[in-house]
Amino acid sequence: MAYFSDAPPPAQARPVVITGLGIISPMGRDLIENTHGFRAGRSAFSPVTLFDTSRQRVNTAGQVDLPDAPPDAGISPKTWSRMDRGTRLAWLAAREAMAAAGLSGGDFPLVIGTSAAAMPVGEEYFKNAHTSIHPRSRQLRRVELYQAQRQMTDMARTLGISGPLRIVSNACASGANAIGQAFHLVRSGRAECVLAGGYDALCQLVFCGFDALQALSPSGIPRPFDAARDGLALGEGAGFVVVESAASAKARGARVVAEILGYGAATDTHHLTQPHPLGDAALTTMQLACTMAGLMPEQIDYINSHGTGTPLNDVAEGNAIQRWAGDAVEKIKVSSTKSAIGHLLGGAGAVESVISLIALEGQWLPANLNVRNADPVCTFDLVREPRETPVQRVLTNSFGFGGANATLIFGKEGAR
Amino acid sequence: MRLPLSITGAGAVSPAGWGADALLNTILTNEKTPTSIIARELAGKQVITHVRRVPAEGATTPKFARLRRASPISKFAAAAAIEALGEARLAEISGGTLRVGVIFTLTNGCVNYSNRFFAEALADPSFASPILFPETVFNAPSSHLSAMIGSTSPNDTLVGDSTAFLTGIDLAAEWIERGDVDGCLVVCAEEIDWLSAEGLRYYSNQYIPSEGAAAIYLESVIGPARLLKLPDASSLSFNSRFEAASKIRAQLAPNDDGRTLLVDGRSGCSRVDRAEEAVWADWRGPRWSPRILLGEGMGVSAGLQTVAAVTAVMRGDFQNALVSAVGGNQQAAGLQIGTNQDCG
Repeated sequence: MAYFSDAPPPAQARPVVITGLGIISPMGRDLIENTHGFRAGRSAFSPVTLFDTSRQRVNTAGQVDLPDAPPDAGISPKTWSRMDRGTRLAWLAAREAMAAAGLSGGDFPLVIGTSAAAMPVGEEYFKNAHTSIHPRSRQLRRVELYQAQRQMTDMARTLGISGPLRIVSNACASGANAIGQAFHLVRSGRAECVLAGGYDALCQLVFCGFDALQALSPSGIPRPFDAARDGLALGEGAGFVVVESAASAKARGARVVAEILGYGAATDTHHLTQPHPLGDAALTTMQLACTMAGLMPEQIDYINSHGTGTPLNDVAEGNAIQRWAGDAVEKIKVSSTKSAIGHLLGGAGAVESVISLIALEGQWLPANLNVRNADPVCTFDLVREPRETPVQRVLTNSFGFGGANATLIFGKEGAR
Repeated sequence: MRLPLSITGAGAVSPAGWGADALLNTILTNEKTPTSIIARELAGKQVITHVRRVPAEGATTPKFARLRRASPISKFAAAAAIEALGEARLAEISGGTLRVGVIFTLTNGCVNYSNRFFAEALADPSFASPILFPETVFNAPSSHLSAMIGSTSPNDTLVGDSTAFLTGIDLAAEWIERGDVDGCLVVCAEEIDWLSAEGLRYYSNQYIPSEGAAAIYLESVIGPARLLKLPDASSLSFNSRFEAASKIRAQLAPNDDGRTLLVDGRSGCSRVDRAEEAVWADWRGPRWSPRILLGEGMGVSAGLQTVAAVTAVMRGDFQNALVSAVGGNQQAAGLQIGTNQDCG
């Protein structure tokens, strides 16, 4: 953040920790509900009630049970009413992360990933633009509230955050990229603390889009890494983390959840919507993250895979894991939590980071549900049931439309 | 001292035409670009919106397979990016000797295809085009750019208000300083259609919606358009637009020495311009306001301001240049480029 040519150079690398987590997903509205759900191996798909899916091939998704009313005194009804569904999800998770970190605001940056942003508001604007009766003020309000930066600036205000805002929109890797960017800001000394995360809400345009691509599983049950997998399920939610320098956390006596050990980002130029079959960019990001962390593949206890359940994604990621791990591949434990809550798009990377961090804290692994016969690409240890096991370091992969690839590595403090 | 960074390439597509020279010529002649209309039928009446479009004549869209199906935003972005990069760098990238990151910034994005796809989806989802949908995603243009230049280096798309381009330069500086890339393309682009154009007019009838693209190439050399100051953007979460703009000016601390060009973000819409008018009211040096000539380009506005400033400095017309941008609902931002570090 900020460049002045006559200023001292930034620090090269300093320890970065996570001091707060927040999550809302189809599995539950906070850390406790999500922990219980994933630890029990629950699945969280239900009929979509937010918009009409009667003419779609698929009618279910991972929909969050989100009340219309504001949750408590932390936000006024007026402010809540201006928030679109995605921002409400983001606000709930962000507030939980800040509370866990013992923060009540401050002059620090906010880095957020989203793909669909406030699309439901845009959809309302579109529908009203086709009718002759639409009060000008309501359409203006829709145009304004459709914009992600307006929503996130309002959210920053309610959270007491006055620092710069970055909104990363790298499709399904957005949330992971946001945390990765926050990591670099702190690691280089550009910031002491950053609130970072990702969110997306279900919306009709995106649901129709994935259905038009025939990327949704007709059964509504995604089966990542199953030999007969037939598509993904969409979901919604938000995940946020407080990223902080170890020195800052220590100085204020904050509880350290984990250390961020590595981050890698690369671009897959193979196709707009299809990954390179051998997972070249995924291999690059895993290697970059491991190099930064100073770790070998066999030192990674668990991979929370991108694992969408589409035929092309899973085989590409599986190939990348094989190439990255080499002879150690059999020991690498892998699961896709999209099998339980669906694909949260711009929120996926952040939510899956939080799930990985919960598992790291609790010393267990979430399951890859719904597998009947594992795909031959699964030469790794596919975790089909929740598993109690020692966990020191976890890696999470996120890949998106357009070829955005990102990998994050987290570890118990001192586990490098 | 920080690693020296300079903008060594610039490209533009705007209602002034294809290329940074066309942009500069329009600014130097101080002539407003022509308007056209977008008309549609609604309940038996014509809805007409005046707009400033990129002219079809003189198009320099690169030949690249992915761009055949892409909407105008990707084509504008590709033309500006190629102009900023130049042939020599393209050859280095394809030869594997130059690692170039891509940062793309926007406000509105691929509105043409979003509009068409959602109309199809509402009419009959089974006939909604699977070709259109991927192009509606915010990072589709950015993805095309990386594929076109053959770069697997990082590629980020940032969404924001009209100042987002300056946040993109901030991120590019970070990547280069850290050694993630050798250089970075920072590109912004927007396209208009009736849906977005009418949306903008709800803010003010003085707005004339516009479109285009701007691109710069940033690398670690000492050149005429050296990046001197790029303060953190000042958020509107707790600041008024005036307060945010004032903070940016205070950090830029420029000398009004007559040789420093100010390229501001005034749009000709008095209510929107009030903050910038007040903060820079005492500026006596040369001052350009490209948005008044080009129309309201949303996410491309600060990019075109920057390209105008860079081109003027690279031509030697000015020793230093400032860019000031006050967004509508996120932040105020600014930067200073030039050769004289003592200018302010």
